[in-house]
Amino acid sequence: MHLAYPAVLSALLFCTGLYGVLARRNAILVLMSVELMLNAVNLNLVAFDVWLSRTAEETLHSGQALTLFTIAIAAAEIGIGLAIVLAVYRNRGTSDIDKLRDTVEGHEPDGDASDSDASATRATAEKAEATA
Amino acid sequence: MTPAAAAGTAAHATTTAAAEAQGFLSPTGVEIAFLLVGLVTFGAALITVTTRQLVHAALWLVVALGGLAVEYLLLTAEFIAWVQVLIYVGSVVVLLLFGLMLTRAPIGRSPDADSGNRWVALTVAVAAAAALVWVVVDAFRTTWIDLDGAPAGSTEVTGASLFQHWVLPFEALSVLLLAALVGAIVLSRKAKAATSAAAPSAPGGTDTRRDTEGAR
Repeated sequence: MHLAYPAVLSALLFCTGLYGVLARRNAILVLMSVELMLNAVNLNLVAFDVWLSRTAEETLHSGQALTLFTIAIAAAEIGIGLAIVLAVYRNRGTSDIDKLRDTVEGHEPDGDASDSDASATRATAEKAEATA
Repeated sequence: MTPAAAAGTAAHATTTAAAEAQGFLSPTGVEIAFLLVGLVTFGAALITVTTRQLVHAALWLVVALGGLAVEYLLLTAEFIAWVQVLIYVGSVVVLLLFGLMLTRAPIGRSPDADSGNRWVALTVAVAAAAALVWVVVDAFRTTWIDLDGAPAGSTEVTGASLFQHWVLPFEALSVLLLAALVGAIVLSRKAKAATSAAAPSAPGGTDTRRDTEGAR
């Protein structure tokens, strides 16, 4: 098989994930796009490992080992990421990353109502943390 | 002497037949299958990042990840393929669906799935795709993967290399998974103290961790 096939497919998948990360607003959809990017990297690793295991004299199968590590780390990442997203959703009532602008610099937030609302939820969150 | 020679040629014929029949498909067949499955995978990935129905995005992600598992099988990396099916399709997508349900994602179309910088994102992604594909094709124009012979990623080969050369990273990875487990529990517990709304998040997270560690 031509090595360009898996390499091109992985490049295309990576750029699809890149578009998803940049264009999506829901945090969980962003996490899905991150998964797509990680899978593109995995495909690259496997394809080059299969190629090298035939051409090299001696191989550590590093591509496949790193692929397994990447899969495990991606699973850990998705668990932690979803826990964070759910915590943010419980505190703010939204998982829209365009609305999470509390640490924004340079310009004022959109409206006073949302600002006071956000500060109120932040205060309750801090209170909950203090009591916990 | 003649029967022995005949037996020898017969054995040789069977070994060559076995060597030829080792691949499920001919080399061109493998390329065609890889191309077709790759098209399906890429299309499913495109739908995943563009659809406005959030649950459909997760289900198309299943198609994309399953297609990648088939690509691993075509590249003779069997163990990776089954790990992909177990962990990604089995637990990660289920966890994502849990997350979508717990954040009360709308079942129908949600018009605000894409943000306003969609066209900038599209420009960046297309430019990156063009650059990457150009570089990759130019670099590996004359390189071929030899898929004949024993599979490069059977469970035996992968296990041997993993437990001979990669034992220390493997153990470090188990510590990382433990840290992720504890971290998910801590995050969920603190939030549960704030509001007692979404209790199922903690069992979901720990179940996936256990799945992952069981599959390892």
